[in-house]
Amino acid sequence: MNQNIKMKYVTYILLAALLFVSTYSFKNIEINSNSNQNPSIQQDQISPKTIIEKVDKNMTSDTRISTMDMMIYGKRKNRTVRSKGYARGDKESFSEYLSPAKEKGTKMLKLKDKLWIYSPDTDRIIQLSGHMLKQSVMGSDLSYEDMMEDRELLDMYDAKILGTEMINDRNTWILDLVAKVDDVTYHQRKMWIDQERFVPLKEELFAKSGQLLKKTTMSDIIQIQGRWYPKKINFKDMLKSGKGTDFVLIDIQFDPDIPPYIFSKAALKK
Amino acid sequence: MKLAFQLAYKNLIGAGLRTWLNVGVLALSFIIIIFFRGFLEGWNHQAIRDNIEWELGAGHLVHNGYDPYDPFSILDGHGRLTQEQQVDLFPVLVRQASLYPEGRMLSVALKGIDGQQNLLELPTASFTSSNTKIPAIIGKNMATSIDIKEGDEILLRWRDKGGTFDAANVTIVKIFSTNVITVDKGQVWIPIQKLWEMTGLENHASYYVANENYTPSSLEGWNYKTKDDLLSDFYKLMEMEKISTSFMYLLLLAIALLAIFDTQVLSVFRRQKEIGTYIALGMTRSQVVGLFTVEGTMYSLFAMIVGCIFGLPLFWYLHTSGISFPDFYQDMGVSFPTRLFPSFGIQLILTTILLVVVSAAVVSYLPARKIAKMNPVLALKGKMQ
Repeated sequence: MNQNIKMKYVTYILLAALLFVSTYSFKNIEINSNSNQNPSIQQDQISPKTIIEKVDKNMTSDTRISTMDMMIYGKRKNRTVRSKGYARGDKESFSEYLSPAKEKGTKMLKLKDKLWIYSPDTDRIIQLSGHMLKQSVMGSDLSYEDMMEDRELLDMYDAKILGTEMINDRNTWILDLVAKVDDVTYHQRKMWIDQERFVPLKEELFAKSGQLLKKTTMSDIIQIQGRWYPKKINFKDMLKSGKGTDFVLIDIQFDPDIPPYIFSKAALKK
Repeated sequence: MKLAFQLAYKNLIGAGLRTWLNVGVLALSFIIIIFFRGFLEGWNHQAIRDNIEWELGAGHLVHNGYDPYDPFSILDGHGRLTQEQQVDLFPVLVRQASLYPEGRMLSVALKGIDGQQNLLELPTASFTSSNTKIPAIIGKNMATSIDIKEGDEILLRWRDKGGTFDAANVTIVKIFSTNVITVDKGQVWIPIQKLWEMTGLENHASYYVANENYTPSSLEGWNYKTKDDLLSDFYKLMEMEKISTSFMYLLLLAIALLAIFDTQVLSVFRRQKEIGTYIALGMTRSQVVGLFTVEGTMYSLFAMIVGCIFGLPLFWYLHTSGISFPDFYQDMGVSFPTRLFPSFGIQLILTTILLVVVSAAVVSYLPARKIAKMNPVLALKGKMQ
């Protein structure tokens, strides 16, 4: 029984992570194909607001469908789970597990500030809302609200450029974002943005005390449909030991046609 | 009646080993029943006293939004009272937080309590004697689970009132030992003033602990619970335990009474000539029935004496030295002492004696009723009836 519950928790964690990646993180790493054609933009000519707007503006296509592998590193063994995600804007997303068999068929739907999870074992839909979203996803690196956050960064943070840094032979701007509203999860963020490709290569999330809490590292940047995209993302809770969780992109389509019913509760049981 | 007792006594002594076997079994039942009842009584008394001293005080004034059994109520289940409303009360604020011992994440209830309080046994005076940035006290059980000792620092992560994460090291200034698991396991206690500062919830409390002088009054948004209200779950548990152990008493008693019943049936069958003689000498049938009933009942009186010889020293020893239990018994989630002192009250002993004596009398009477239907002439001849 306990084993089943644990497996269910792992499933939810993974689904949460997938939604997080599809609705939140990728919004920071997508890039307009035109942006990388303009390497002449220099630090003294560009404001942090412009950088964020360029990243933000170009990061989301109207719709997208992605398939990815999640690699979970446990103390005893590692697991790889494949999932498929659909997203419309940054407020609606739907994801489904494809493998392994244990998790296959588990689905998660996010519509604005509401989140539903469907488990084929119980054939029931559970809604997570309100305070439950504040909780850590069963003790994982992610909280539900990590993936629910869909406000624009500039609405929540004051941004400034701290300087530049080379990461993997790429010039980056170091953006420092400090909260200007009270109800943000992380008081401070630091983002390393590729100066040519306008893709974040690293992000660090800090507590009010300045303690580093989480770190996201993007690597294997490739060009897809004219966009620079990281093929691999690593999420790491810096307060915990371990290697974090890797997300490896298998396939992604920008602006595909997605039937509207996908973003409805009916699709969870379909 | 005196004659009946004299005859019964002589008959029992004369029966020798058969009598002492019955008495031995009954005495053992006596001792075991009294022991278990004393064990439950002792647990009951100790747990109630510990809960009051460590957690409950005279009662809690609880914010309506706060439910200690619902972690989701912690976020919004708090409020503030005016200074006038706080007379004979002191505040406790509860927040959710995470500890990171050796790279693991452990969800805890972060509780703020006034270092000046002296109503509860929690060693909150350690806060004032410490000059660390965030002093914390934890229970022994908690300390063992995260492998930490006094003076160690550990990283704590929490959220402020807006939901923003914050993190800092706390210093464990005191590790206390308590039987009340609800103030120990998964709990970190820090000065409430510090918690107010950390969360921005100045003067807020999830509940207030009342002392004996507190007079409950109606306060909107708050609900006063007496210590009996707060202990109601424990009372229910004790009731359930009493019922479940009653089955064991009944089983033990049934075994002992079966032996008496068996002896009585055999006596009535084998002593027909004796019964006939009693009647021939002028005893009425009911007197003979009474004689046999007294004889059976006397087993329980003998058992009481034998039980006292063996039981009293044993009970005295257990009452004064207690019974030691391993720490994992506390994982049951209720107050369970590592050393339990059984309580053998006079009421407990008298009711147990009454139970056994009456039961023995009943099972002695049932076979003896057959005597009333006997033909005395046939009985004298020793013919089977």
